[in-house]
Amino acid sequence: MSSLQTPPLSPRQATPEPAGLRLARILLPIVVLAAGVAAWELVVRLKHLPPYLLPGPVAVLRTLIVDWQVLFQSLLTTLQTTLEGFVAAGIGGIALALLFNRSKWLEYSLFPYAVILQVTPVIAIAPLLLIYLPQQTAVIVCAWIVAFFPVLSNTTLGLNSVDRNLAGLFQLYGASRTQTLLYLKLPSALPFILGGLRIAGGLSLIGAVVAEIAAGSAGAGSGLAYRIAESGYRLDIPRMFAALLLLSAAGIVIYGLLALVSHLVLRRWHESALGKEN
Amino acid sequence: MTQPSALTEADTAGLAVSLRAVTKVYESGVAALGPFDLDVRKGEFVSLLGPSGCGKSTALRLIAGLGAPTSGSVGVAHRSGEARGAAGIGFVFQEPTLMPWTSVRENVRLPLKLAHAPAAEANGRVDAALKQVGLAEFADAYPRELSGGMKMRASLARALVTDPDILLMDEPFAALDEITRFRLNNDLIALWRNLRKTVIFVTHSVFESVYLSQRVVVMTSRPGRLSAEIRIDAAEPRTEEFRTSADYAGYCREVSNALAPSYSGLSGS
Repeated sequence: MSSLQTPPLSPRQATPEPAGLRLARILLPIVVLAAGVAAWELVVRLKHLPPYLLPGPVAVLRTLIVDWQVLFQSLLTTLQTTLEGFVAAGIGGIALALLFNRSKWLEYSLFPYAVILQVTPVIAIAPLLLIYLPQQTAVIVCAWIVAFFPVLSNTTLGLNSVDRNLAGLFQLYGASRTQTLLYLKLPSALPFILGGLRIAGGLSLIGAVVAEIAAGSAGAGSGLAYRIAESGYRLDIPRMFAALLLLSAAGIVIYGLLALVSHLVLRRWHESALGKEN
Repeated sequence: MTQPSALTEADTAGLAVSLRAVTKVYESGVAALGPFDLDVRKGEFVSLLGPSGCGKSTALRLIAGLGAPTSGSVGVAHRSGEARGAAGIGFVFQEPTLMPWTSVRENVRLPLKLAHAPAAEANGRVDAALKQVGLAEFADAYPRELSGGMKMRASLARALVTDPDILLMDEPFAALDEITRFRLNNDLIALWRNLRKTVIFVTHSVFESVYLSQRVVVMTSRPGRLSAEIRIDAAEPRTEEFRTSADYAGYCREVSNALAPSYSGLSGS
């Protein structure tokens, strides 16, 4: 073909947010946080509240530093459980979705149970699991139960959203089932899978915490949730707050990491990862 | 029958595609096509022209083997020599239908990859196909970075990369602006003149069908049947001058008149 006079790829014409607005978006939550913490400390000091009723943020911070050894160990334990539950949920959810996609019969037979597992509150299942499974396994299973469903349902949705014409193209060129799966279905489903994993990350932390709390009285655990339960019995309220703070931070980091991975994987082609411009 | 049957020896006398009393009724009960007969000679450029929803695309999909006819027979000439690809067919859809997650190069390579072609050979053919459509510089771009016309070129390159005998095109330029469409029309004519492939081109544009084809097959509204056949015996090579010639206007009038009855039963279209 002759000439190609199509206009060159235009550089992204970003319409930048006014600098003031962007600054406000970062600063405002920080200001709110600072004000809240200050008010909290003020109330505690003015009212002379004892730490076993309500510790001030300074006391919580001090506990966090003093008890760092214990708390950090517990954090690692909880994170390990979360990670194991997350990996199990990711593999299990994607594998089940692939099986369902392959066989309608399997989907019809098993899908209702996946839903039942999802809608039954995990806090109610955890004590039963702890009876029948070793504690460490029970905790991971708990994390898996709450986290696998979003992966399963998102992956299923993704596998079913393949472009009809692209599917026709693969058929035209005689693609095998494996080729269609590898080159068409999985890449099409990738944004959906990543979305499911992002939800699963937070949920597996919740699952791990729920199971630790349920197991708490058994006393064998050493995760952060177990520390919270244990500190509650001892009226060590500052430590409860410190552990809660760490759990929160862990949740934020998990979410941030998964969002980052999702962005890095999709940034070149998927609408969700592209800027608002063009 | 799921695959188009091969034409018998007797039929192969110069025919690339042969449809005999083909009908298609969808599961929903909609009769989309036929009975419809069509013979396309090897190397011929034929346009299927008709109102929206008249079964043009259905006919094309049946020829490609994407779906089976409800009755009748679909014959497609086996390609000579190598047996790669179903029947040596390239298909260009109405949308570019590119995989958004990979580069233009990988998109064009897809048919070869699915056929397990050796990498070295595939590389050469991909480069050649991209060059044919004028996209060599944009091989590493992602589809979203391309304009509508360039996406269509990529789609065309993918259809050409297997060097098919038959090129099926389903309203490929319908969504493009006029200038881009004219340019792609010219490029397509040049390609066809050089490569001498059989082209079956579905369109609802009278002007496009006359400009491109040697023969325009006018179809009735649903279910699509043959309404008229008009041979376009314009002087070769066709250029932009043809587009403004009296000859061209005359053919367009003739084809429009042939098409008019297809629209008579349709209100508001």
